[in-house]
Amino acid sequence: MKRPSPLRHLIGSCAAGLRTRRASARPTRHQRGGSGDPPRKGWAIVAIVLALLAATTATAAERVALPQFKSGYERPSTEVPPPLGHFYDVMDGLALVVGLAVASYMAIRARSRRGMWWLALVSLVYLGFWRGGCLCSIGSIQNVALALFRGEYITPVAIVAFTLPLVFTLFFGRTFCAGVCPLGAIQELVVIRPLKVPLWLDHALGLLAYVYLGAAVLFAATGAAFIICDYDPFVSIFRLLPLRRPGDAMEALGGSANMLIVGGAFLAAGLFIGRPYCRWLCPYGAILRVLGRFSKWRVTITPEECIKCRLCEDACPFGAIRRPTEPLPRGTRRIERRRLAVLLVVVPAVLAAGAGLGWWLGAPMSRMHVTVRQAERVHLEETGQVEGTDNLSDGFYNTHRPREELYAEAKAIQAGFARGGLILGAWVGLVVAAKLIQLSVRRTRTDFEPDRGTCVSCGRCFAYCPIERERWKKGAGGEKKP
Amino acid sequence: MTEPKNKFGRRDLLRKGALGAALAGVAGTAAYLATRSAHGGTVWQLDPEKCVQCGQCATYCVLDPSAVKVVHAYALCGYCDLCFGYFPPGFEPEAGFETPAAECQLCPTGAIKRRWIEGPHFEYTIDETLCIGCGKCVKGCGAFGNGSLFLQVRHDRCLNCNECSIGAACPAGAYRRVPADNPYLLKGEDKKA
Repeated sequence: MKRPSPLRHLIGSCAAGLRTRRASARPTRHQRGGSGDPPRKGWAIVAIVLALLAATTATAAERVALPQFKSGYERPSTEVPPPLGHFYDVMDGLALVVGLAVASYMAIRARSRRGMWWLALVSLVYLGFWRGGCLCSIGSIQNVALALFRGEYITPVAIVAFTLPLVFTLFFGRTFCAGVCPLGAIQELVVIRPLKVPLWLDHALGLLAYVYLGAAVLFAATGAAFIICDYDPFVSIFRLLPLRRPGDAMEALGGSANMLIVGGAFLAAGLFIGRPYCRWLCPYGAILRVLGRFSKWRVTITPEECIKCRLCEDACPFGAIRRPTEPLPRGTRRIERRRLAVLLVVVPAVLAAGAGLGWWLGAPMSRMHVTVRQAERVHLEETGQVEGTDNLSDGFYNTHRPREELYAEAKAIQAGFARGGLILGAWVGLVVAAKLIQLSVRRTRTDFEPDRGTCVSCGRCFAYCPIERERWKKGAGGEKKP
Repeated sequence: MTEPKNKFGRRDLLRKGALGAALAGVAGTAAYLATRSAHGGTVWQLDPEKCVQCGQCATYCVLDPSAVKVVHAYALCGYCDLCFGYFPPGFEPEAGFETPAAECQLCPTGAIKRRWIEGPHFEYTIDETLCIGCGKCVKGCGAFGNGSLFLQVRHDRCLNCNECSIGAACPAGAYRRVPADNPYLLKGEDKKA
């Protein structure tokens, strides 16, 4: 853009193209008043004071001189309201403790499917629709990563949200998923006609959650993004119903229409596939799946003898019931042993392959960080490969920092991503290898049992168990109907 | 093939050991995190030096209207009679000092109030209940004036989402976490406060 002299022409063209290069889009006071347009009255006097004030004010040269008031007018100061209080933090923490306690009681002691259903509904209404899904143990992984890898501060409520469900899972199994987590609850309540997902597919897709977990930690630890929050499918649905602030509709479609569509798709899929997000994507669920294997107590289908009617297996929408194992055919054991030995030998190779792939992907992944994108854009502009500026580079030029500083910063971030990508890749390799080994180790089961890791303690299996129903009829369960 | 159920086998030992180790790990992590939580955490703020007034603060916030509002650093303001944060580009106030009608104002919601002080000087105040954080006035003031108008996350409204959805969309990377006990990035003399 050239510099037109008449004021009106200048303004008109600026209105059309304010995004053009800063140097030309910002005329000085002299250009504006200098030619064509007479200076506004009073500015001449004011200009004299400019030199005096320039020495005293903190900011760089003012375009318009700061007036001195004779009428005794005092400049107001800028209001700075403090952040909202911690009322909801305390409420959320309490809700989490109470919810976990009730869920564990329903799953282990009361063995009440109905109780669990109601708890899920309450959690969905409070943690989901009322609080907008933002007491989020799933998202807290990222806050923990920030604190661990970048030494940033973490709020007490994030610590509670992260650790408390872990502790409860170690004692009672994944009761958090069953009735407390609002993301689990919304999927729990829409399961209408669950279809069986083939076991191999279930196992394979389940690995995605570990990849997602690794990626979430990487992006949080490099300060690039909180991808769990960015790509949370249900938060946009929670925010559609503005329960907490009825006059103040949250989440106008603006920012996250895409995620609303994704959330709707997850819910629609959830009609036929039980908890797709929990089983295959949830990064916190991935942690709980591991910890759930060691839990002290857990959901049992019936405390009495299993009659192997398979009703529980059909009732479980999440494919978490494992069948009793059949006796081994002769000679299979040797084959299985050899397979396991081969797998153990190739584990290092899988890890190395993953690490290499991750390292290679480090550079493209680093573009998630805004500083890297900014540096790339500024570099393109500096070397004349692109014309003009965009929002990204303008954001940098506004800071008046030297380019080299930005480049150095971006380099450091990219190096972090190369390191992190290496670790992420090795992690993915480890997960794949561990899965293969887990699948090749034979477990012996005499009864139908919930899988310790996959079971979310929803309670459908014991609600459908005929032995359990008999027990209830005798009054043992203290509940008439499941 | 069936093992007696009450036997405390190798697998149980492994499981018990893993349980103990996991509990210790969780407790250790929690203890370390507790040492990092003493300072009251962080809140989101946008750096007015980086802001390019793209207008997404008005649309990407989970609140409607946005938690981002324009604030005024009076210490920087030139108190211009022809304020480019107040009048649309190309506008010539023919009626002199009178307050112009809404269609003659740049602000789409008429959130900036104009009051005559003395001589050619006018005070501009912001009615935050009307402001939607679109940044049109910021752009005008920054292009032709002193840049005394700028956008800030107002913490009496901000829900402090774990990932600020405006921050995630900000094309200039202007959003960052700031300490909760000093939650504003102000311009001018207020900067020091």
